[in-house]
Amino acid sequence: MKLKLKIWRQASKETQGALRTYELDGVEPDDSFLEMLDQLNQQLAATGEEPVAFDHDCREGICGMCSLVINGTPHSRVSGVTTCQTYMRHFRDGDTIVVEPFRAAAFPVIKDLVVDRSALDEIIAAGGYISVKTGHAQDANDLLISKEVVDLSMDAASCIGCGACIAACRNASAMLFIAAKTTHLGVLPQGDIEQPTRVLNMIRKADELGFGSCSNELVCEAVCPKGISVSNIARMNRTYLAAALASRKA
Amino acid sequence: MMKQYGKGALHIHTRKEMVDLVVADGHARGIVARDLISGEITSHEADVVVLATGGYSNVYYLSTNAMTSNCSAIWRAYRKGAWLANPSFAQIHPTCVPRTGRHQSKLTLMSESLRNDGRVWVPDQAGDKRPPEQIPEAERDYYLERIYPSFGNLVPRDVASRNAKAQCDAGKGVGGNGQAVYLDFREALERLGHQVVEEKYGNIFDMYRQITDENPYETPMKIYPAAHYTMGGLWVDYDLMSNIPGLFVLGEANFSDHGANRLGASALMQGLADGYFIAPYTIQNYLVEHHHDQFSSAQTSFRDDTQAAEHRYQSFISNRGENLSEQFHHQLGSVMWNHVGMERSAPGLRQAIADLQQLATDFQGQVRVPGRTNDLNEQLEKAARIEDFIALGELMARDALNREESCGAHFRVEYQTEEHEARRNDEQFACVSVWQNQEATVPLNLQEPLVFRAVTPQTRSYT
Repeated sequence: MKLKLKIWRQASKETQGALRTYELDGVEPDDSFLEMLDQLNQQLAATGEEPVAFDHDCREGICGMCSLVINGTPHSRVSGVTTCQTYMRHFRDGDTIVVEPFRAAAFPVIKDLVVDRSALDEIIAAGGYISVKTGHAQDANDLLISKEVVDLSMDAASCIGCGACIAACRNASAMLFIAAKTTHLGVLPQGDIEQPTRVLNMIRKADELGFGSCSNELVCEAVCPKGISVSNIARMNRTYLAAALASRKA
Repeated sequence: MMKQYGKGALHIHTRKEMVDLVVADGHARGIVARDLISGEITSHEADVVVLATGGYSNVYYLSTNAMTSNCSAIWRAYRKGAWLANPSFAQIHPTCVPRTGRHQSKLTLMSESLRNDGRVWVPDQAGDKRPPEQIPEAERDYYLERIYPSFGNLVPRDVASRNAKAQCDAGKGVGGNGQAVYLDFREALERLGHQVVEEKYGNIFDMYRQITDENPYETPMKIYPAAHYTMGGLWVDYDLMSNIPGLFVLGEANFSDHGANRLGASALMQGLADGYFIAPYTIQNYLVEHHHDQFSSAQTSFRDDTQAAEHRYQSFISNRGENLSEQFHHQLGSVMWNHVGMERSAPGLRQAIADLQQLATDFQGQVRVPGRTNDLNEQLEKAARIEDFIALGELMARDALNREESCGAHFRVEYQTEEHEARRNDEQFACVSVWQNQEATVPLNLQEPLVFRAVTPQTRSYT
């Protein structure tokens, strides 16, 4: 395959970036999107031009590092996959492909396609954990949890924290991310007790870091590579409302 | 961890990597690190250093490990005097998505659990290129079930991997390049139904379909072994402390738990055991007896090591070579896969040592690193890691050559039974093979004997 690539180049956080055009030949349909970029980088490095910086690590859709906007969609238009799981067979010979970094006020560009997503770490640090310390394992039948609840928690736990939901949202809202984390922890008995404060603290932290509010665009669910449902946001909003009222009274 | 971070009890240095261990007065006293964005080299003083830096399967170029997994932290510690134990013990996992294109950068693991219900087979006749649906039952060889009737498809990883290789070497491999075997769910789908199979393996099947564009509900999966886990690592005692006092090593980075053949799920077990139940207590014991102010020469060590690291990165950039690190990594992987992989032999290992020494020399003279040191520069990060990987690869070959027996994942063709199973030599090699770095000469091999008081090791049989 022969491709025309328009790629966002930006030397550092402080400098202005711009799209630059490159041509790449010899791409095979079974190559992954990142392997296509590897080839471009080999070509650039061979001609003395600086390779394109992009984040990646596990290359099997579980680490949450890859973070490209391909032809306007975070990750890609292929549903339910990360950038690294997007294969070139989804493109055609001669295509022009536009590649940009995830965009959000809370995700400053570090270089080229690499953005700083440590704001998500700050949200987790505000409550994305269970405070009780790990002690001895108790008997498996001491805490009965129904399969429905386990599945609910497990599905939410599949969030890899990539930030595509935020990059896709017109408000750069982190609500799907926070809802996934709070559902994962809060529907289980171990995490239930501190769920109200968890929800309040994580949402307040997101506001403070410059993430926007949710206006029910639902695009977050559409681009989520793990298929996290927006129903988690509704669940979190119920907790938030009750917790916010209760905390005002006190 | 994030709770402690939120409280300010710990600092997280994201996008920073350790580039050297600082040893002073015989104790681990801190590390030198490089900021991956600014390129700044900094030193960090500490009462103890804990390495939990994972394994080194990326020495094979293609592996199931994440792209940035590397050996540099443990290799730099080894260079500073920490012992490296059983470096040649590497697990090649049988159920990975086979290699397809020449641009392939990594391999994906398909869960081992698939072998519970999937049946492994190849065509009876070498060179049979018919699609699987057209090969009748009578012309299929379910070789694991045939050779190992009592264990069938559930033989241990090294046995499954070696047999897959043997079938492909005999010309019976399937897929475009003949480097794959079938893992077939037809029987399970008939027995359990689509819904049960989907509940058990749905996410893995989806992943397979995304990668290969083939539907495993309709056509057999293709799998092939890939480098997955390294049992070897830095030597530690029962407190998880290396021979350098104050240097603790946890998880895959150490050698401690898996012997020559890790079993399923036990890497997770080791991570939990090391992190939750051992290190928090043994490190306390060390701290009680070792105070900061006992050391005097630390200042000089930090200064020297920081300067050495700065010099090293600068010299990569100033080198006017022809080839990118990527090409050296490719060559390294090919030597390791062919000679220090699933089957090893004395001539092959000698060849590997010679090839890797040459590769190390070529790398020094010919590597080219574009860009600058004081910038986010993935090529520069890679160059340092590949230099360490080449040196580690040679030590792996040396260790494999030295161990004149087969055991677990270490299979020497010279030492096998008539049924092609591993033949151990417990008289000479019931030991941990420990390597100590020597500047300017070959490393020193020490043996830590393994003493079995309650049970004696037996020869395994899966037939």
